[in-house]
Amino acid sequence: MIGVFYVSERGMKMSVFDILGPVMVGPSSSHTAGAVNIGRVARQVFGEKPDKAEITLYGSFADTYKGHGTDRALVAGIMGFKTDDPRIKDALAIADEEGLLIHFSTSKEGTYHPNTVRIKLSNKFQSSEIVGVSIGGGRVRIREVDKFKVDISGIYNTLLCSYPDQMGVIAKVSEILASEKINIATMSVSRDKTYQIALMVVEVDGELPDQAVNQIKAMPYFDTVKAIRKIEL
Amino acid sequence: MTPFQFSTVQELVEKASYEGTTISQIVAQWEVETSNLSREKIFEKMSNNWKVMKKSIEEGLQKEGQTMGGLVNKAAAHMYNAILTGIVPQDRLSKTIYKALAVAEFNASMGCIVAAPTGGSCGIIPAVLSTAQEEYNFNDEQIVWSLFTAAGIGLVIAEKASVSGAEGGCQAECGSAAAMAAAALVELLGGPPQKVATAAALALKNALGLVCDPVGGLVEVPCIKRNSFLAVNSLVAADLAMAGIPSLIPIDEVITAMGEIGRALPESLRERAQGGLAATPTGKKYKNE
Repeated sequence: MIGVFYVSERGMKMSVFDILGPVMVGPSSSHTAGAVNIGRVARQVFGEKPDKAEITLYGSFADTYKGHGTDRALVAGIMGFKTDDPRIKDALAIADEEGLLIHFSTSKEGTYHPNTVRIKLSNKFQSSEIVGVSIGGGRVRIREVDKFKVDISGIYNTLLCSYPDQMGVIAKVSEILASEKINIATMSVSRDKTYQIALMVVEVDGELPDQAVNQIKAMPYFDTVKAIRKIEL
Repeated sequence: MTPFQFSTVQELVEKASYEGTTISQIVAQWEVETSNLSREKIFEKMSNNWKVMKKSIEEGLQKEGQTMGGLVNKAAAHMYNAILTGIVPQDRLSKTIYKALAVAEFNASMGCIVAAPTGGSCGIIPAVLSTAQEEYNFNDEQIVWSLFTAAGIGLVIAEKASVSGAEGGCQAECGSAAAMAAAALVELLGGPPQKVATAAALALKNALGLVCDPVGGLVEVPCIKRNSFLAVNSLVAADLAMAGIPSLIPIDEVITAMGEIGRALPESLRERAQGGLAATPTGKKYKNE
């Protein structure tokens, strides 16, 4: 029932603006607006300006990306554009001007969803890789971050912390968030194959101020701490 | 007090009738209570949607060149010229047609639109409401309120069936948009909540079974012209409802039927570009560009 938990049977928070919206550059909410949003998350996970983007498209994305402008949309998102930015149409040329090297490939491999993309961003100093799926209406899910299996919706402000696995870290993070009056919406921890490194994903209600993120960064546990700003739909 | 909740259109009709108000007011109040945004803020957000819709009609009409996939070339401009030169009569029908084409074509050219409820069906609601504004001199505020009624119908459809072509075929996208547009139009015309629901039922009934078989997987053929057909479908539904002609099957049952039909459609006819028009000899030429 709509409204009982303000969340649909499909686990979505529903609003009139999910039905009339997003305001987006067309043609497709899944293949264009969703692609922009996945690109935006990729950029935030990387955390700075990339020199190079290696993009692999799967399924329907691989079959129809040119006619849907999925390629332009992904690159626009990587450059930080929003779904309604008229520059999306010219994103490939703008990337070229800005010296962002782009490489597209398609794959026939089976994967999470018909609309799946893998984005690897890098510069001289670092690289990061995400796998995102576009589930319709501009909504997305991030299913991998640097090979860790995750499930990030992007509609919450999200904190990503990686650290050598040890006891008590979750409690410490929750403590800081609580002291900043930030409510945790979802929290999950996954570990790499060696069980040595853990990735904590915390989706929060409302804002995630820099002050809270910086406090967590200052803790002695983490290799990386990244704040992913929520996607406005 | 727990806020009002709804899972059917009938509940919206009953609540609005009981309070002697419109469905748009009930839906707007629901949004305020569930979003923690003020009434002013949500009205402002909806006003922005309407602004973008109007702009997309104008820009779509003036746009130069082909769509991204190159399958449609200035259809809206052709239709508009035909009206200006008197080849087709200048009336509610022809205006609705060219406006729906303009928005859908603008969408397929990477123009900025409002997904309503999706990109593929984005021309229907703007065309119906913009034409109503021209014909009946509704002000922007009236139109913006009617968008809440459209959204209320869309919320129930999204919950009980689907608004995604990949899940339910075109009936879920353009069919839903037509039901939403018809409902909004009847409310604007002063129809009571029950007639609003009837218009939605009639519009959606006439779109049942519509498959999603886009040529080359692009949002162009048959999508762009279908926006104009389904916008006109909304006008017929609204006229029938305003005339007091009922729908034998109530809207909530039509929505459930639409969901069932969507699930029964073969996957090849749900946005995969593997069946129907996409699989015709001509359609196949455009596969993977």
